[in-house]
Amino acid sequence: MAEYSRRDFIKGGLAAGTALGAGLGFPHVLRAQETVKIGVLHSLSGTMAISEVSLRDVVLMAVEEINAKGGVMGKKISPVVVDPASNWDLFAEKAKQLLLQDKVAVVFGCWTSVSRKSVLPVFENNNGLLFYPVQYEGEECSKNVFYTGATPNQQLIPGAEYLMSKEGGGYKKFYLLGTDYVFPRTANKILRAFLVAKGVPADNIAEEYTPFNHQDYQTIVGKIKRFSSGGNACVLSTINGDSNVPFYKEFANQGLRSENAPIMAYSVAEDELRGMDTSALVGHLAAWNYFQSVETANNKKFVQAFKAYAKKANLPGGDKRVTDDPMEAAYFGVYVWKQAVEKAKSFDVDPVRKAVYGQTFPAPSGTIKMHEVNHHTYRPVLIGEILKDGQFKIISRTKGLVEPEPWSKYTSPDKACDWVKHQGTYQKKA
Amino acid sequence: MSDRLTVLLSLVVWLAAGAAGHAATAAPPSPEIVGALADLTGDDADKREAAVTVLGRTRDPKWLQFLLALRDGSVYVRTDAGKTELVVGGTRATRGDQDVIDIAGAYDREPLGTVPLTELKEVAADRKLRLAIKPFLDAGETQVQLADPDPAVRRGAAVKLGNQAAAGAAPVVEAALKKEGDRWVRHALAEALALIHLTHGAPALRAAAARTLGDLHSESAVPALQQLAADTAASPAERDAAVHAIRGIERWGLLTRTVETLFQGASLASILLLMALGLAVVFGLMGVINMAHGELMALGAYATFVVQNWFRAAWPAHFDSYFLLALPVSFLVAAVVGLVLERGVIRFLYGRPLETLLLTWGASLIIQQGLRLWFGAANVDVSSPSCLSGGVPVMVGLTLPYNRVFIIGLATVSVAAMYWLLFRTSAGLRIRAVTQNRAMSSCLGVRAGVVDATTFAFGAGLAGLAGCALTQIGNVGPSLGQNYIVDSFMVVVTGGVGKLAGTILASAGLGGLTKGIEPALGAVFGKVAILVAVILFLQRRPAGLFATRGRNAEA
Repeated sequence: MAEYSRRDFIKGGLAAGTALGAGLGFPHVLRAQETVKIGVLHSLSGTMAISEVSLRDVVLMAVEEINAKGGVMGKKISPVVVDPASNWDLFAEKAKQLLLQDKVAVVFGCWTSVSRKSVLPVFENNNGLLFYPVQYEGEECSKNVFYTGATPNQQLIPGAEYLMSKEGGGYKKFYLLGTDYVFPRTANKILRAFLVAKGVPADNIAEEYTPFNHQDYQTIVGKIKRFSSGGNACVLSTINGDSNVPFYKEFANQGLRSENAPIMAYSVAEDELRGMDTSALVGHLAAWNYFQSVETANNKKFVQAFKAYAKKANLPGGDKRVTDDPMEAAYFGVYVWKQAVEKAKSFDVDPVRKAVYGQTFPAPSGTIKMHEVNHHTYRPVLIGEILKDGQFKIISRTKGLVEPEPWSKYTSPDKACDWVKHQGTYQKKA
Repeated sequence: MSDRLTVLLSLVVWLAAGAAGHAATAAPPSPEIVGALADLTGDDADKREAAVTVLGRTRDPKWLQFLLALRDGSVYVRTDAGKTELVVGGTRATRGDQDVIDIAGAYDREPLGTVPLTELKEVAADRKLRLAIKPFLDAGETQVQLADPDPAVRRGAAVKLGNQAAAGAAPVVEAALKKEGDRWVRHALAEALALIHLTHGAPALRAAAARTLGDLHSESAVPALQQLAADTAASPAERDAAVHAIRGIERWGLLTRTVETLFQGASLASILLLMALGLAVVFGLMGVINMAHGELMALGAYATFVVQNWFRAAWPAHFDSYFLLALPVSFLVAAVVGLVLERGVIRFLYGRPLETLLLTWGASLIIQQGLRLWFGAANVDVSSPSCLSGGVPVMVGLTLPYNRVFIIGLATVSVAAMYWLLFRTSAGLRIRAVTQNRAMSSCLGVRAGVVDATTFAFGAGLAGLAGCALTQIGNVGPSLGQNYIVDSFMVVVTGGVGKLAGTILASAGLGGLTKGIEPALGAVFGKVAILVAVILFLQRRPAGLFATRGRNAEA
């Protein structure tokens, strides 16, 4: 433990606060009583650090909260934080090290789909347990992973449905725009199948991709402008990270407005908006399962606790830090695991896995429920409108929880996933 | 009798005056409205919904404005000395360590001063409440928007009316058209009116509307016109008019697209030029492959960020002019760092290109990590001054963004200044002399070391300037440099090392080519095609567009 904290300290720089906390706190804990080790597998350096550092922070906060209340089954949790440095091969290496060398009971980690795919064989071969907190493209259902983020039907389709509804504006033409990698490609495949199934003619759907870090959106915005000239058009955007600012800026500067052509974003959350000049984004939309502006008592507590934690641990940004959807999913993942351990009365992977099925937890976004058979999570779907201060005003919310579908019924109607009656993914009988 | 008459008269006058006074100052607070306002401050969802209906039914534009504010979540409850009242929030600001907000009266919007946000409680507009508000607003909103002081909002409302093409909206649009002064809003209103006539008018009116739309070059009318042209029930005159209009609009569309592509090419070319100019000076004139060029750009961008924050804190009233100061500051910051780099290490490695490559790469990592440690790993936000946001509509269907126009101007000025410096001043003469033959220049009394240092600093400063300009287009983060360095090198190498004209031509060519093929191939394959084109080109001409020949000492 100490070794890794020290390495992070030197490497990450950012990790300084927590590593210091861990360095001071845990040896004392170690002496005091028995502990259980958990792994935290998020990039603390490299391109993904921007997003993943916040997930590490929130997992460590959940650990601190649980430890303050006596830990899990009388044992304090001792987190082992490693830095896979946004390098997909290193993800697999670090995962192996966590499972075989540190023998952690569970791992919380990954953001990008490619990093998850890279650790998947490690977890499956060594029967490990991973909690994955980010919305993703689905079409996966591993025995050794619990997915606490949204599946396509819990984010993509409700977003498009909202724009098609009378309340959302009754839009009839859809411009699918994304960064060129697996999530947007699969997402747009599902969205297109959904739109076609709803009777949208192919002429009214446009699809376009840009490379990572694309900065020059002149041509694409020009195309969108012509596409939307007859009204009734909207943009469904899976543009990732950095490219969003130039896109929204160009969009506004060429005279397009959210009243006439709204952008529904699937990859822009509060944490990304922190570093943006939001003036060009105001009025556009996003679909998530959680926003910082959710008005529940649990959420108020969560947001305050995180700000206080960030300030106390001296994290960059301090109490100006915000919470967002993947952070919430990472946070309640820790609690779901704790409850499952307590139910199974064991730290072993197999009993814990079975105990997770059907587990409920009062998360900040409302009470969520783990699926009974498919390893995903029932969550509510929210549509938010971007405000000047980088927060979202929630303008629509599904009634109750939406059941997760790892295999979209629009693109893979014959497949489903069940780890109780079947061995994971199976072919549905016609 | 006369006394009674006087009394009666004065009574009438008093009553009239009282009524007039009421009408001029505030809403006659009918008990119904007072009750509704009280209900709104309460927690009962049904009562709040009923209250919205009461306010909406008044059809009073001021109450509709209030409902709009309520929907947008800017209505607050203020409890002042035991009295509860509803107020409308305005601009927020941070004063000291607390957030404050300007508030105004609910009905008349009379300013009530600025109060800390903590003293107010937001009247939360949940979905149910918003659904209740929506029907009242939809009717009133467009009208409110058509009277908005901002032409962009008026234009947006006009476009929306045209797209909806509801028959009932015609008188509203006609009335707005009579009052409108702005050229582009007039255009949008005329278009909306013609669209409404095209959908709902009598045959004669429809033919006229089709002709009008053709004259207005209205691209949004094409689907409706096509429908009319194919409509067998329509008269030949109408169909002729529609076909004719479509042809005109398509011709115009081709013209706008051509102009648009040319402008986009010019814009990308000037960005590439700004990025590559500093690199061309250092690489071309001094033979140093400066891998830290991108990070020098990042320094310029962060300098802009810092200047912006100074202005925000110290002179918020003059915030828009921060950019004027940011330009020279970013140049100086990058130039000073460049100078330190050159005097500190690079000068010991002249003539050893591989070592300088490694060295400057190391320097780039240090600068990058330094920025990350100082400003944090997340991107920082640089706001555009208002004069660089938005765009100027130059012709129907074409809006040129101000920030891009500005960058084209900045690139032009930079190139002109550089030519002047290199070819019209004695400092430039010395730079060219040292470039051609270092030993001979030294013999003739040119202090080669000083020339090296100033040239490097100048190149670094140009990178800083480019970084400052890039803040108006993209992100500012520690890895900003890495995103641009490849493109910069591509321009310099394609242009030919050591030739300014080559750099200019290469950026123009690459910019134009990218924008020319992007509409057809898409951004991903466009990028691939450009790289393939550059590789093929360099195979034919390894030294780039303008090869340096002859008198180079090293050649």
